[in-house]
Amino acid sequence: MFKYLLKRTFQMVFVLFIVSVIVFTMTSVIGNPVYNMLPQKATDQQIQEVVVMLGLDKPLYVQYWIFLKNAIRGEFGRSYTHFVPALGLIVSKFPATIEIVIVAMGLTILLGISLGVLAGARPKSKISKLIMFGSLAGISLPSFFMGMVYIFVFAVSLRWLPVSGRGEIGTILGIRTSLATLDGWRHIILPSMTLALLNIATIIRLVRAGMMEVMRQDFIKFARSKGVAARKVLYGHALKNILIPVVTIFGLQLGELIAFTTITETIFAWPGMGKLLIDSITNLDRPIISAYLLFVAILFVVINFVVDILYTFIDPRIDLNS
Amino acid sequence: MNQPVKHGRMRIFLHSEFFDHYKKSPTAIISSFILVTVILLAIFGPKITVQNPYDLGSLNLSEAFKPPAWMDGGDSRFLLGTDQNGRDILSAIIYGSRVSLFIGLVGVLLTSLVGITLGLLAGYFGGKFDTIIMRIADIQLAFPSMLIALFLMGLTGPSIRNILIALTLIGWVRYTRIVRGEVLSVREKEYVDAAKVIGFSNGSIILKQILPNVMTSIIVISTLRVGSFIMTEATLSFLGVGVPISTPSLGMLCSDGFKVLYSGLWWVSIFPGLYIVIIVFAINLLGDFLRDELNPKLK
Amino acid sequence: MEERNKVLEVKNLKTWFHTFKGVVKAVDDVSFELYEKEILGIVGESGGGKSITGFSIINMIDEPGIIETGEILFEGRNIVRLSEGEMNKIRGKKISMIFQDPMTSLNPVYTIGKQLEEILILHESLSKKERRNRCIELLKAVGISNAEKRLKNYPHEFSGGMRQRVVIAIALASNPKIIIADEPTTALDVTIQAQILRLMKKLVRENNCALILITHDLAVIAEMADRVNVMYCGKIVESGYTRDIIFHHLHPYTQGLIGSIPGTDTEKKRLTTIEGVVPNMFDLPKGCKFAPRCAYRQPVCFEEEPEIRDFGDNHRAACFFPVREGAV
Repeated sequence: MFKYLLKRTFQMVFVLFIVSVIVFTMTSVIGNPVYNMLPQKATDQQIQEVVVMLGLDKPLYVQYWIFLKNAIRGEFGRSYTHFVPALGLIVSKFPATIEIVIVAMGLTILLGISLGVLAGARPKSKISKLIMFGSLAGISLPSFFMGMVYIFVFAVSLRWLPVSGRGEIGTILGIRTSLATLDGWRHIILPSMTLALLNIATIIRLVRAGMMEVMRQDFIKFARSKGVAARKVLYGHALKNILIPVVTIFGLQLGELIAFTTITETIFAWPGMGKLLIDSITNLDRPIISAYLLFVAILFVVINFVVDILYTFIDPRIDLNS
Repeated sequence: MNQPVKHGRMRIFLHSEFFDHYKKSPTAIISSFILVTVILLAIFGPKITVQNPYDLGSLNLSEAFKPPAWMDGGDSRFLLGTDQNGRDILSAIIYGSRVSLFIGLVGVLLTSLVGITLGLLAGYFGGKFDTIIMRIADIQLAFPSMLIALFLMGLTGPSIRNILIALTLIGWVRYTRIVRGEVLSVREKEYVDAAKVIGFSNGSIILKQILPNVMTSIIVISTLRVGSFIMTEATLSFLGVGVPISTPSLGMLCSDGFKVLYSGLWWVSIFPGLYIVIIVFAINLLGDFLRDELNPKLK
Repeated sequence: MEERNKVLEVKNLKTWFHTFKGVVKAVDDVSFELYEKEILGIVGESGGGKSITGFSIINMIDEPGIIETGEILFEGRNIVRLSEGEMNKIRGKKISMIFQDPMTSLNPVYTIGKQLEEILILHESLSKKERRNRCIELLKAVGISNAEKRLKNYPHEFSGGMRQRVVIAIALASNPKIIIADEPTTALDVTIQAQILRLMKKLVRENNCALILITHDLAVIAEMADRVNVMYCGKIVESGYTRDIIFHHLHPYTQGLIGSIPGTDTEKKRLTTIEGVVPNMFDLPKGCKFAPRCAYRQPVCFEEEPEIRDFGDNHRAACFFPVREGAV
């Protein structure tokens, strides 16, 4: 176990190193933030001052070394547009993002798994065909389009739910979140539904495929021949077997969800880190872009690690040491 | 000379199990019908639309915000209504679909070329080259492709060329993995040794044995990929980091229309979005059919 | 022998599969009976309908298959049209099954203790402690040493032969009246095969249980079974006591099967094979299904289907020209 942890930690550091190099290279080589910060008629003198201020006059490897040293200390410099430390800004936006991600994840687990199991248990039934048609439609719907439709139907036409923004924030179990208030929930429904749609559709297809595979196995027939009722065969014997691929996908999907918050948050003007990223990309706000990318890189690496550990609990055949 | 052969092949195709299943699958027929229509509209669109939506001179601000023709205040010239500049939505959609389809198709072409080439090279040379390529692929797969695309587009700026580069960079891995896997397995097989004995070179063996074997996978992946690329492009354009303003794609039309959605002018953004959905849905239906027929093991 | 009680009687069973390509008559008008404590072999080539017969008995036929007609009398009632709920009280409790591949018939994500316990929870009312003791007792009975510890192990921690022992333990758990074993040793090493067969025979006898042994291997049948049904293309072509089937068989198909066993004490030195292949189940020949492959065929065999006839002492066969001399 210890050996495994050591190996994994080394791998994680390696991946993060590569990411830091890529992030640095891309942000340094492409685009010039100087012009974004200055009026169009800036003099050469002014330009030079900004270049020195940002440390852009030093050689690239020196710049990378400074970047890396600072990054390890959590310093990515001040945002060019917000004039506050970049990482602090991202961390302050993180709760808002994680809120919609959690609600979307909940929706995915609830709908994705149950509909997938239903469709996989009886693949030839009408219900199953309907679910599959729906999920194919689901993966064909761009999430921004879904967001637009939700806004038009539920917010603009029916006026049931607010158009955009994050709702009132309350405190629950010492955590400050909009999930603690009714107003918060009213605001969060549409963004999380938008965010969850693609995931639900993907999970349905996966669970169904896994289910069909498992239902063909002998141990399912053997369980039935023991007199286990059909429902229990489905949820007891089959489901635990398909949890293995599902957990993998959930790990990946969690990453996708975080990536797709950029779109959802833009549509619903949700003050999270996704919207912050899009704004920073438009303004070429390098410190924020770098900080964001390394922040989510760490997040993904940790998620992958947790998924691997989860495996061992679900699948007795996996031995981390081998 | 070629005629009889071609004729023969056509006949074989028409009598194949594949074609038989195709005839019996309503979803396959409907989806391919939709796609042919979409493509024909894109090709001949400029000849049938009522205006060129890029030509600012043909726009008339007094015709702005007309609802679809069947609604109160609709104008029969503008079937799906007009936007804030008096631009005909239907014309804009047809012009926009040209951009979207171009990016989807050329993107997949480039991606598959790059991916297949890298896969052949990685499998053929093996060793360090292989390790490096596959390691890059692993790291890349740990990150959501949308995020990579956003990042690349944000840094390189909106343009069709940059979108194609970004799509290629996020899409090559799948092809490379499949082709490389096939190269490795073909290298193991006995008939390759037999071919070597006869005197074929390694390169020609690989091309002759491997490409036919992976063709079905590539066809299926590519079909589905056209749909996902069209969606990625639309999303990037919606976020303002996709196509430049001068060549609006369907995604950008949605983005433009989104600004007036709150005022209840839904048709400006919903129709372009719906057209994306129709195209992508048809592609996915066809892709699913192809997968079931050609390569059911592919996920 | 005749006074023994029937535990199961199958009458005119027809299990058909309705596929896109046509109807497959996997089991077509099959009748037989099973007596208490007896081992009945069902033998034939793959695709002959042996397994489907077994699955029909516990009503586990999946789509597009369906039991068209027929009766399966068990404990005095016809169980063919019982509801799933009622059937589940019979499956595992009164009639249990053993599958071909022990590698795949146990659920990989549950301990074998759990899988053993499951059947006890379903069918017996025992306390937790009693269940545990019963599990240990069962594992010991099938020859698994260190049973208490092994309960906590997962299937992948057992060898194939050991897993099949666990499967047998599960099948025996609630003292069923009948065990249906579908090729129980085919997937095992030859050396293990004999052990498992001996174990099954011993346990069946000890537990007063009847066994239906489905196999393609006549050597296994010769070793194990009291009586045999020979199946071909969904029909029973010959049935009788094992020694009669081996030494005095009537049907040319049975003769072919026996001829293809290596090393049996028949006079022939050479192995014979049955000419041709099992016909396409979608397009069965008219008349006798075996006629196209039969060495003794006559024109009539292609025209009429032979009825099954009694040749005395429970020996029956469906053939116009039985191979045993003197039998007509």
